[in-house]
Amino acid sequence: MLSKRIIPCLDVRAGKLTKGVKFQGNIDIGDPVEAARSYYEQGADEIVFYDITASTEGRAIMIDVVRRVAETIFIPFSVGGGIRTVEDMRQVILAGAEKVSVNTEAVKNPTIISEGARTFGSQCIVLGMDVRRIPATLEIPTGYEMVIHGGRTPTGIDALWWAKEAERLGAGEICLNSIDADGTQDGYEVSLTALISSNVRIPVIASGGAGRPEHLLDVLTRGQADAALIASMVHYRTFTIAEIKTFLHDRNVKTRRHW
Amino acid sequence: MIGIVDYRAGNLTSVARALEYLREPSIVTRDYRKLDDASHIIFPGVGAAGAAMANLRESGLDRHLHRWVQEGKPVLGICLGTQVIFDYSEEDDTDCLGIVPGSVRRFPADLRADDRRLKIPHMGWNHVAFRNEHPVFAGIPEEAEFYFVHAYYPEPSDQRWAIGWTDYGIRFCAAVAQGNLVAVQFHPEKSGRPGLAILANFCRWGGNHAQ
Repeated sequence: MLSKRIIPCLDVRAGKLTKGVKFQGNIDIGDPVEAARSYYEQGADEIVFYDITASTEGRAIMIDVVRRVAETIFIPFSVGGGIRTVEDMRQVILAGAEKVSVNTEAVKNPTIISEGARTFGSQCIVLGMDVRRIPATLEIPTGYEMVIHGGRTPTGIDALWWAKEAERLGAGEICLNSIDADGTQDGYEVSLTALISSNVRIPVIASGGAGRPEHLLDVLTRGQADAALIASMVHYRTFTIAEIKTFLHDRNVKTRRHW
Repeated sequence: MIGIVDYRAGNLTSVARALEYLREPSIVTRDYRKLDDASHIIFPGVGAAGAAMANLRESGLDRHLHRWVQEGKPVLGICLGTQVIFDYSEEDDTDCLGIVPGSVRRFPADLRADDRRLKIPHMGWNHVAFRNEHPVFAGIPEEAEFYFVHAYYPEPSDQRWAIGWTDYGIRFCAAVAQGNLVAVQFHPEKSGRPGLAILANFCRWGGNHAQ
């Protein structure tokens, strides 16, 4: 049976991690390539890079990072942030990333999903969703609204409707981030994850709120997520990936335990 | 020199990068003469079967693939490369190369396990139970997992071809082997150390294996 994937997320700005990642001996790593290598060796099932650089030079630096990561790790990895065109996707994929994720641009211009899927295959296209909880309205019956621009701009679009629409357009996977849970380390938005995951056929990665292994257990079982994104809880060495996987394994959640 | 067949089916650089890491010289090309000179052929690919077969026919690489297999050159199919060596694929209703007897089928829409509907594509890490000791899969620990991403799966008509099996709602054939040909549905180039071990084994393999 398929293992549930545990995916560290690395935020990159101008070729450097925005927050250093702590490794053995509490050494602070600022180089995304080294951090990716370390997580690869520690048993990450996949790695997500989120590039928060906006400038053109920043993008060129990121492409170089992607190229060096692809030479060093032999598991899938994805790159998101600032992808606006199919040409942006092509650069990232040719540099060696398996997948690209689109978020704000996909809401503004949904054809980037279908064009990307047609050009590179659905398996390359991840839809990033930033979602906040609001009182349900006629337009947003689930009470989960899509937000863009890193959570700053509400869209008036229902998250469930958008997830199904993106699946129809050819997205191969959804990375579902709760703006409310993000950064809290208080647990994932489990009901949102269950709602989306049970209504689409493509895999869903839960994101936002991971602080303890129990949170992953909850979102991978009750939340029906196929994978879980983690950040601070491993970046600061509060937990290792091996510890999280052992915790899940002991509670009958299948994870990849040999690497 | 390992020849990687380029037939416009996705990004083939990840296989080349893995070989570079293993210090195995390789070339990514659609020129059959350069592939003739290669000691081993890797036939990868992602995307759709219909477009892949159209590209193979148009470039003439379909005939050369048959020839390399007949001549005894070690050939490794990966993912879509594996699917199109069968007779037929349900994807785009495509007649394929017919090197391995059998068909490629879509995972059933109502695929279930433990009362939950399973996602399609089958994407992520899964076990492969290898049926017998084959030089390309030698030394792979039983608990190893491999990275898959596919919505269609191979179904050889002769079970003697099947060498590896994977469970995803149904039990499907994840690896076939016959003589100098080996083909896998998963991505060894993206499967960490066990995947790299398979690629290294293949590069050292002379192409002989009796079932």
